Amino acid sequence: MHMPNRRKFFNRLVAGTGMALLTGCDKLSNSKWFTEVLSSGESLSKHAHHLIANRKSMAQEFSEKDLSPDFRSNGTALPNNAEYQVMANNAFEDWKLTVGGLVVHAQAFTMADLQALPSRTQITRHDCVEGWSAIGKWTGVPLHEVLSHVKPLKRARYVMFYCADPMAADGTKLYYESIDLDDAYHPQTMLAYQLNDKTLPIKNGAPIRLRVERQLGYKQAKYIMRIELVDTFDHIAGGKGGYWEDSGYEWYAGI
Amino acid sequence: MVTHIQKPGVIYRHTLPIRIMHWVNVICFFVLLMSGLNIFNAHPALNLGKSSYNGRPPVFELTAEATNSGELKGITNILGHKFDTSGLLGTTYTASGKAVARGFPYWMTLPSAQWLAMARHWHFFFAWLFVVNGCCYLLYSFMTRHIQRDMVPAKRDWASIGQSIKDHIRFKHAKDEEAKRYNVLQRLAYLTVIFILLPLIILMGWAMSPFLNSLLPGWVDIVGGRQSARTIHFIVAWLLVAFVFIHVFEVMITGLWNNIRSMITGYYSIDEHKEGN
Repeated sequence: MHMPNRRKFFNRLVAGTGMALLTGCDKLSNSKWFTEVLSSGESLSKHAHHLIANRKSMAQEFSEKDLSPDFRSNGTALPNNAEYQVMANNAFEDWKLTVGGLVVHAQAFTMADLQALPSRTQITRHDCVEGWSAIGKWTGVPLHEVLSHVKPLKRARYVMFYCADPMAADGTKLYYESIDLDDAYHPQTMLAYQLNDKTLPIKNGAPIRLRVERQLGYKQAKYIMRIELVDTFDHIAGGKGGYWEDSGYEWYAGI
Repeated sequence: MVTHIQKPGVIYRHTLPIRIMHWVNVICFFVLLMSGLNIFNAHPALNLGKSSYNGRPPVFELTAEATNSGELKGITNILGHKFDTSGLLGTTYTASGKAVARGFPYWMTLPSAQWLAMARHWHFFFAWLFVVNGCCYLLYSFMTRHIQRDMVPAKRDWASIGQSIKDHIRFKHAKDEEAKRYNVLQRLAYLTVIFILLPLIILMGWAMSPFLNSLLPGWVDIVGGRQSARTIHFIVAWLLVAFVFIHVFEVMITGLWNNIRSMITGYYSIDEHKEGN
């Protein structure tokens, strides 16, 4: 073989193999069994994380000079939901947070009720799954304060957050999220009602949004309307514990 | 690099574990690189500092700008310098010839479509495989003294560094006895990759994990914060690509099939150099 021919053959071999592999990998991405194999990395990561770090390890807190000038709004900036918009127009005076499910005392909290509970302020970094980060100062009621009022039953394993923002254009598929009790009782996990010393803006999740530091942005549910304690979320929506989880994102978002 | 003499002119160069780990590494490298570029495409900008929104513009960004005619133009922005990279970076042409906004093109990413959730599954699964493979490699190579004997430059290697640089520039490669051992630049390249670049890219990956940040609050600030870590992760990935390019180039000019055979069967011919392959 002459050199140019050999080189041409080699180049074609490399390009051809590359395209075949790329197509093959795309086929694998769409197969159920392979996706399950790949997803096994998630539980490996979760267990490894919990092996090396304490479940109560604290997320880094920052100083005022680190604050992002404008805290980016991602996903929904104004829920396409008539009921929500009526409440928003009335400064959420009629909004009540119901906390129920597997609890001893189901309760509804007004904003005044929540603000009467002990509060916490923290400057933390919000890490979006897309790759960007923003730093904000959050003030809110630690979730454990709310839970101590409703008293979860022993059977309860997860806290579900049901939100007002529809993810489908026709106004359906309301956003929801879930966390386990370790995160629910973590000192930095809170229902935030203030951002950067001001009432939480609508674009960032008014009247309250979840802060579950040590996990990615899609866990930080905005526009929370209802909280429910459950022992399993298999029967809720897509069964994966959250809106984005139902579309293939990891339930454990510590990575 | 074990050199049992099988027949004159042929040496047993790579043991079975090394060969297996090499090819596992090849697979991991391509999957991690391409799924990494898909993840990058979800937010095709790199910043320095603790957050992306700190008043300073990105140091690197792939964007699409609309021209007067309404066409999209792909722009690569490096430290404020803009380059038109339409069709390759910033925009990609669809089958019908229409330009669409997209960081890296489909043939560089895994999956080829923009699919962040799936890219993350690929990336994290193969990251585990890569780290486990790397740990096995280190354990094996230290125990068999592969690192100490074949990679750490000996006195004579340091003495030959000037000559080795000259040889590389002239694409002149070792023959006979000298071809049995790694040359000094090769040794330094392998050591740099194994003990600097790979640990660094893994560490910068961990630095992006919000949970691992809580291991020791503030540790990520050593490199300037999470967004700096993301930028370093990206840069090291391309340094590794550069290494792979040089590695494959050297493999090709020093006897492509002989080298590939030695990484498949273990046997490497010293005589073959004379055939002018």
